[in-house]
Amino acid sequence: MSNDTIKYIPGDANYEGKQDFTITVYAEDRVGLLNRISIIFSKRKINIDSLNTSPSEIAGIHRFTILINESYEVVRKLARQIEKQVEVLKVYFNTDSEVIWQELALYKVSTEEITEKVTVERLLRQYGATAVVIRKDYTVFSVTGHKEETDALVKALEPYELIEFVRSARVAIIKDSAGFHEKLKEFEAEEPGEERVENEFLDKGDKIFTM
Amino acid sequence: METLQDTETKKTTTSSPTFKGSGSQMLLNALIEEGVSTIFGYPGGAIMPIYDALYDYADKLEHILVRHEQGGIHAAQGYARTSGKVGVAFATSGPGATNLVTGLADAQIDSTPIVCITGQVFAHLLGTDAFQETDVINITTPVTKWNYQITDAKEIPEVLAKAFYIAKSGRPGPVLIDITKNAQLQIEEFEAYVKCNHIRSYRPKPKVRVEFIEEAAKLINSAQKPFVLFGQGVILGNAEKEFKAFIEKTGIPAAWTIMGEGAIPTDHPLNVGMLGMHGNYGPNVLTNEADVIIAIGMRFDDRVTGRLDKYAKQAKIVHLDIDPAEIDKNVKAEVGVWGDCKETLPILTNLVKQNRHEAWVAQFRDYNQQEIDQVITPELYPAGEEMTMGEVLRTLNELTGGDAVIVTDVGQHQMVACRYAKFNKTRSNVTSGGLGTMGFGLPAAIGAKYGAPERTVVAIIGDGGFQMTPQELGTIMQFGAAVKILILNNQFLGMVRQWQQLFHDKRYSFVNITSPDFVALAKSYYIEASKVDQRAELKKALETMINHQGSYLLEVMVGKENNVFPMVPQGCSVSEIRLK
Repeated sequence: MSNDTIKYIPGDANYEGKQDFTITVYAEDRVGLLNRISIIFSKRKINIDSLNTSPSEIAGIHRFTILINESYEVVRKLARQIEKQVEVLKVYFNTDSEVIWQELALYKVSTEEITEKVTVERLLRQYGATAVVIRKDYTVFSVTGHKEETDALVKALEPYELIEFVRSARVAIIKDSAGFHEKLKEFEAEEPGEERVENEFLDKGDKIFTM
Repeated sequence: METLQDTETKKTTTSSPTFKGSGSQMLLNALIEEGVSTIFGYPGGAIMPIYDALYDYADKLEHILVRHEQGGIHAAQGYARTSGKVGVAFATSGPGATNLVTGLADAQIDSTPIVCITGQVFAHLLGTDAFQETDVINITTPVTKWNYQITDAKEIPEVLAKAFYIAKSGRPGPVLIDITKNAQLQIEEFEAYVKCNHIRSYRPKPKVRVEFIEEAAKLINSAQKPFVLFGQGVILGNAEKEFKAFIEKTGIPAAWTIMGEGAIPTDHPLNVGMLGMHGNYGPNVLTNEADVIIAIGMRFDDRVTGRLDKYAKQAKIVHLDIDPAEIDKNVKAEVGVWGDCKETLPILTNLVKQNRHEAWVAQFRDYNQQEIDQVITPELYPAGEEMTMGEVLRTLNELTGGDAVIVTDVGQHQMVACRYAKFNKTRSNVTSGGLGTMGFGLPAAIGAKYGAPERTVVAIIGDGGFQMTPQELGTIMQFGAAVKILILNNQFLGMVRQWQQLFHDKRYSFVNITSPDFVALAKSYYIEASKVDQRAELKKALETMINHQGSYLLEVMVGKENNVFPMVPQGCSVSEIRLK
């Protein structure tokens, strides 16, 4: 709120500059909802760094994980706009320190090249890579980790004819989350309950990012 | 994908099969169950089964054949605004549906509850670029509160129930339901219609949290110069009485956004006038002097705030709104009270001290006197030969006493009408506030008349705006909506011309607009009409218009290059408002 005079560092929710935020959206599984959510970003000319849709811990409820690099203020407003959509149940947004996240990357390299010029064993050890396929002509490695880690292997493989590279969207688990089961019960109750009113305007600064 | 018949919406009662018929018939039954009596629409290929069914429902549903789908949706908006009910519009697929987009965007930004039904090509043709196929759902997604495509008639009752519930609950808005032709034709056995009252993913209003209202009350009670800004939220929440009780107990001066106008009568002693770019002098200047600002059902639009970093920086802001996304969006609130003002205002009124802020209110009066001397009197009682828009409004007020519904289009006449029209009742000011849609006035007035048939409806429209949707004269001709059309003709696109004069060195680029003979045009539609260009004839002409049985068009020639003042130039602070 208005009395924030201390300037915080990235990773802190109150840092005013841009930083990575993981937006977690619990929503109904509906055709067209992805469009409804994505235009909230594109309307403001904000780029989505990565977006993943997946089932959640509850059958029938979808979970979108959206990664963007923006300031807290911008993300807060985006989150409110997303949560306002009729078919969205709940939106959380978290800094990197508040989530456990992973991305999966696949690398295709020439088998000949790699066996001649680099020790596969070193790659596997140093980058935690796994060989998914080994054929005469090419080999596919996979690495699971943070962007910096998967990027590092891209760099390492660059001299050895990296044929193809692809990285998945971020998937993230919120550290403080107790899951959505209890929340859903409140949502399904016909009368609005106390808990359903939580939002950071009302619960000033009090565990904003927790469930 | 699941169908809507599962866990997401709960049925309140279990019901037995009661109706066997087509999806189209079920749709019309659903409309009747929702209390719909009037539909504005236009038929076409993909919606023909619905129109075929409508043929048998003439005794229950009145269908107004508009001349263009944009006219249909604006009429539905006008209807919703005066009646407080959900407006309904029908259109066919393709161009019919795309013609709704402007109205949807208008209803979305002005929170108007409407349900649009569009026909769509057969489900098996979706994605084949079939005749009159457009991707209506995706086109309308950013301009609807909710939309849904029905491809199976079984979904019709539940989706319609949801549509009406979503359109009118919480912060209202437009909903579009696209129905493929096969679903319209499909014969099904339908269960009894059950209205929707809960959707698990949708929270139209929260439980009121008294602790935040207590905080708000504390701020208000300690304020020396409190100031209330109210918007359409008061009207949409049917909270006019609660609002009046609040300001009367606290004695706080209150100013309105143009969407909130009429929530309290114009001549209420605590009504200090209009906010924003062409608003009143005092409310704008004193925004930057108030110590506590209580914003109720308004969203701090840029036309209200002017330059944000110089807006009310000294004030602590209490923001009451039903939409949590509005709190802290443009202006940071010290206390956000998320809730329905119908519920929150009485609690707040109960907690605040009885008070009178005489010296503070007197400050508004002083500014008002300056504005009267420098702007209002010359506008309402012009010394020159040319008529002004303001004097037309003053004369109209004298004749209607402030009891009429005033519908406006967009531009100078709109600002003048909002500034000078007198309102005694709520739901009397129908204008395109957020979107600023030229062409809104005439069709919205038709709908406004259907929404309030016992009231006098005056559509005040400029010569430019009228030429955007004049085809709706045909609708008036055919269905006899007794709309009084008042064209204020300054032979210019006046607001753009004003900006070109003030900010573009008088380079009048394409604002010189010529008009047809409006009187002859109206008469060609068998609508009585006349034109005045002399002050001496004005009152009599307005009297004739008001007293005429049925619709009437009056064209008044006003000064060509008059400007609307006061004005907060774009990029300036509200306290830098100019009187000339």
